[in-house]
Amino acid sequence: MATPPLFELADVSLEVDGTRILDHVDLTIASGGITVLVGPSGAGKSTLLRLLDRLEVPTSGEVRFRGERVADLDPLTLRRQVGMVFQTPAPFPGTVRDNLLVADPGASADDLVEALRAARLDAAFLDRPADDLSGGEAQRMCLARTLVTRPDVLLMDEPTSALDPDARRRLERTARRLAGDGHDMVWVTHDLEQAGRLADDLVVLVAGRVADEEQRARYLARRDDELDDDDDGVDAGAEDDARTGDARPVDEGTGARGERRPAGGHRG
Amino acid sequence: MPAASGGRREGTVDDAAIGWGGLALSLILVGVAVGLSAWQGLRLERDMVWAAGRALVQLLAVGYVLLYIVDDDTPVAFAWAWVVVMLLVASLTARRRAPEVPGITLLTLAATSGSALLSLFVVFGLGVYPMVGRAIVPIAGMMIGNSIGSIVVASRRILGELADRRPEVEARLALGQPWQQASKPFVRSALRTALTSQIESTKAVGLVFLPGAMTGLILAGADPVDAVLVQAAIMYLILGCVATNVVVIGLGLTRRLFTPDHRLVRLARSST
Repeated sequence: MATPPLFELADVSLEVDGTRILDHVDLTIASGGITVLVGPSGAGKSTLLRLLDRLEVPTSGEVRFRGERVADLDPLTLRRQVGMVFQTPAPFPGTVRDNLLVADPGASADDLVEALRAARLDAAFLDRPADDLSGGEAQRMCLARTLVTRPDVLLMDEPTSALDPDARRRLERTARRLAGDGHDMVWVTHDLEQAGRLADDLVVLVAGRVADEEQRARYLARRDDELDDDDDGVDAGAEDDARTGDARPVDEGTGARGERRPAGGHRG
Repeated sequence: MPAASGGRREGTVDDAAIGWGGLALSLILVGVAVGLSAWQGLRLERDMVWAAGRALVQLLAVGYVLLYIVDDDTPVAFAWAWVVVMLLVASLTARRRAPEVPGITLLTLAATSGSALLSLFVVFGLGVYPMVGRAIVPIAGMMIGNSIGSIVVASRRILGELADRRPEVEARLALGQPWQQASKPFVRSALRTALTSQIESTKAVGLVFLPGAMTGLILAGADPVDAVLVQAAIMYLILGCVATNVVVIGLGLTRRLFTPDHRLVRLARSST
């Protein structure tokens, strides 16, 4: 029997206060590696990611996780299987240890150190006040906090948008390593160069829909200055930082780096 | 009312009755306020006159109703009916003061009804005061009136905290915490704020200000020690009542702000 895909969205729409954020999205996200969702600001990338963790529910349509309707699953169990790291780190009061224990109050010291190491943080961080961490460290701590729950899947919502280029690249390497260790990952970004570095699979969203071939090619072929117009006022600083990185361009045909596995799953 | 043994009466109720002439003379102070407003160009003269007139009409209306309700020959059911009216007015007042809080009317009604039942049971069920209209109406009025402010503060704080700290709340939810746990630090902080002001005013009583019931009793000629005993009992009731209200509002409102599948609803930011 074939293994069901990681996530499936069937004719999913989502409206907020009369505004349609997602518009009849059909999408299959396969297990294994990193699936990157790209698209201009307002395309619905983050909303789609939140649907996968049931922080949002669709107005119509259906979301499935490994073949089961998300609506039928216990949301708390789902969220411990499917961890999420948000765009802006949200440290809780107290030390890094306190933060990690929020995720699992029964975690042992070894568990905490293991989670920190997986997020590429040293065990010495455990007693650091969470408020004193740099942006990159705080985001890694948030990743470690998520890893304490031992999720199978990681949803990453523009996790590097507030980070400097070095911190960004370190987090990308960490993500790649976690994916290599067997974590399925869905990564949202509007940074095409980052998408090129990370994507095993690439999904382009435009105006709340999965882009068709023509839209996809047009979006991926855009120059940086055009991208700036889209992201004006949203993450201009981060976008500038991204351009200074040594990123490789995204392949215009697949949107993904050539040496990784080919795009999998149906793109609606 | 409890009476301190050996208390010496300084005057009588009749001494405290100021009559229409006294009331008219007190309007001089409204005139002073209006004059100051005009002098400073505040343009509040009309509002002041309207507020003073409206307050007088409202109080007179209430006074004439109370005249009947607190009469010893009137069935005590009328006093309880008056309490129900006060509860409804309190709920509408809370809604007017915090319209952005979802469901505040019913929440306030539930909270004030619950706390009023609890505290009135202590007062009348345990025999602190005799269950007569003369005691029911003013005591319930003080408890309900004092509750509105703390209910409004608590509900606005909860709404504000959860709206401002949404990323942190959602980070907790995303870790698999149920809404009760994810909201707890923020709700606790909001409830502490709402209760602290009541605790502070309880601490300051007698040193900074003389509360209304005690002042009224002394003006009416009661022995100051008798007045203090009455006031202290009322303060304790108010404190218990406010604490009950704030906690009921905290639990009820927080429940409304999360969906059954542990998502935080979209929130209007409180104006405070």
